[in-house]
Amino acid sequence: MSKEPVAVTGIGQTHHVAARRDVSIAGLVREAAGRALEDAQLTWADIDAVVIGKAPDFFEGVMMPELYLADALGAVGKPMLRVHTAGSVGGSTALVAANLVAARVHRTVLTLAFEKQSESNAMWGLSLPIPFQQPLLAGAGGFFAPHIRAYMRRTGAPDTIGSLVAYKDRRNALKNPYAHLHETGLTLEKVQASPMLWDPVRYSETCPSSDGACAMILTDRTGAARAPHPPAWVHGGAMRSEPTLFAGKDFVSPQAGKDCAADVYRQAGITDPRREIDAVEMYVPFSWYEPMWLENLGFAEEGEGWKLTESGVTELDGDLPVNPSGGVLSTNPIGASGMLRFAEAALQVRGRAGEHQVDGARRALGHAYGGGSQFFSMWLVGAEPPAV
Amino acid sequence: MPGPSTGPSGPSTGPLREVAIVAFGQSDHVRSSAETSEVEMLMPVLHDVVSRTGLKAGDIDFTCSGSSDYLAGRAFSFTMALDGVGAWPPISESHVEMDGAWALYEAWVKLLTGEAETALVYAYGKSSPGDLREVLTRQLDPYYLAPLWPDSVALAALQAQALIDAGLTDQGALAGIAARSRTAAEANPHAQLRGAVPAGDPVVAPLRTGDCPPIGDGAAAVVLAAGDTARRLCDRPAWIRGLDHRIEAHALGVRDLTDSPSTRLAAERAGYFARPVDTAELHAPFTSQEVVLRRALALDGPDGAGVRINPSGGALAANPVMAAGLIRLGEAAARIQRGESDRALAHATSGPCLQQNLVAVLEGETR
Repeated sequence: MSKEPVAVTGIGQTHHVAARRDVSIAGLVREAAGRALEDAQLTWADIDAVVIGKAPDFFEGVMMPELYLADALGAVGKPMLRVHTAGSVGGSTALVAANLVAARVHRTVLTLAFEKQSESNAMWGLSLPIPFQQPLLAGAGGFFAPHIRAYMRRTGAPDTIGSLVAYKDRRNALKNPYAHLHETGLTLEKVQASPMLWDPVRYSETCPSSDGACAMILTDRTGAARAPHPPAWVHGGAMRSEPTLFAGKDFVSPQAGKDCAADVYRQAGITDPRREIDAVEMYVPFSWYEPMWLENLGFAEEGEGWKLTESGVTELDGDLPVNPSGGVLSTNPIGASGMLRFAEAALQVRGRAGEHQVDGARRALGHAYGGGSQFFSMWLVGAEPPAV
Repeated sequence: MPGPSTGPSGPSTGPLREVAIVAFGQSDHVRSSAETSEVEMLMPVLHDVVSRTGLKAGDIDFTCSGSSDYLAGRAFSFTMALDGVGAWPPISESHVEMDGAWALYEAWVKLLTGEAETALVYAYGKSSPGDLREVLTRQLDPYYLAPLWPDSVALAALQAQALIDAGLTDQGALAGIAARSRTAAEANPHAQLRGAVPAGDPVVAPLRTGDCPPIGDGAAAVVLAAGDTARRLCDRPAWIRGLDHRIEAHALGVRDLTDSPSTRLAAERAGYFARPVDTAELHAPFTSQEVVLRRALALDGPDGAGVRINPSGGALAANPVMAAGLIRLGEAAARIQRGESDRALAHATSGPCLQQNLVAVLEGETR
């Protein structure tokens, strides 16, 4: 028999900042979960299971922190699953939770992802020690910059494209009260004059390091019928992985990303993503990844992604708004960043994105990636229930 | 078929799909595997388990693993292990930072949705590079408990003493559990401790050396398949009739350490109490924890008399952290496949003093 349709009826997130010194890890996650329950007008007792995700445990220095968080998330006496798929984890966590409803194992599931990066130093946490890796890299930027340069060389994109993305996303973040960075005085010139960190990635083209959490309530048709606000419906979801390094790997446009998007579009009946999708929340930790992912996800032909950015198509009032929330460039609690993309896509089709609402958004894509451009998770959500 | 989660909060409609364990493989579990990387430890196990089904790596629809960065001592340690799978062309894949039993749970759910027909589940853990007792203190409440560094043996000893104080066991009975487990392990070529070991000196009273699991490195893998695919891949699939897991409060002070309500609830949801099993593979790293689990699962009652407990030797014979729970499911399934069991319970645990527990009920078709 067919899968149970899955609805998102509650979304909550924290006000993301560099350091939430006023709350414990438990306090942080409970804040997001409480807001999601409030949005869905449910209580802890309505939750059948909890699926939690975060990136490496070293970021907070707590091994398997879900054990300690069981009480704070109302999970005592319930099933609790902990997902970890690197940077894509926020998205993967939501998909694991969605499958619990789709398989009719549970009716209503709380899913949550978080990172409290102020507890340690994420950049050095991501710089693997000898003997695992040569001591050549400083953080994720050091890993991804060469692939950005490969993209620029391949496509001949003008040097300024990255700064356009950063300037757009940081301005979108001004409309999002939960975003970490609210840079009111930012100009394009300031982005372009900011210090070079990993050529060609400048300081203002790099994601911040944030403390934050994101939570969603996923439920079945019965739950959706009782929801106080319009739900978002899951029309497709998929994960794909490929190895970190191998001869022939295309770091600029990884096959796993293409396959993952193709699977999601097939499930959702999308044949022309550029025309049929109204808003995209994609994982862009370094500005240039917007044009790169536009191509990888099938919104532009190979080599053409930067033209969409340059012509303003991806602006909030453009033809294909990308990262209306301000994206990872404005908010990056790593473990939660993927779920924030998924949640922001859902907010758009629910019409509840506030000032950064895309007019008439009916179908939106949430995208996350992680590791060495090797782990991908995506979902496509719609304002209408999927055809069963 | 009894569903995994019926009742008030259970599913609204619909029979679930039949899913079975069709193959199980594991490494030899050793005190130290310093000579091999995680990938080198894992690859032979993966090749073995997949070849048992006649499938090729590319035929597997979904892959899910369980492991811990804290054991490996590096972030994203599972990304390298993926090299052991051969994820090219790209695969549909996920990972839990939990024992592999929970990776199996995620894969089982994936098969129930109908999105996959087969799944590869694996888990691995190398405890040898660090001091496991110290490492495991890092999974405690970081504000109130972890700063005190109470280690895993000390916490298990608190639980054992609570059982003794309540008159539920004594050191003789615990030694009996240790002896039974390691004697059983004589027939298990993968076990780390085989044959009787002396009770030894107290490690943390009242637990003696013999009450504690060996510290070691190892890996395990299973293949899951749905419906007729399972029948095609295996002569006697071990059907997962029920699978559920539950977590308890973290603070030991608010728990009754002599009981395991989460195990009992998971077992109820998995349909375990509907009729007797003939085999129980319990993930009890300490002898005293088997006492707790037997109580929760009513294995000491009249129905428990005919139950073979831990014929593999259990975690007292080999306890590769992050894989030991998955091994319980694999061992139970392997007995069903060999025709040595018709209905078996398999259990996995995580966290201090059995905080989180998973129960599976496996059955072979009537011959």
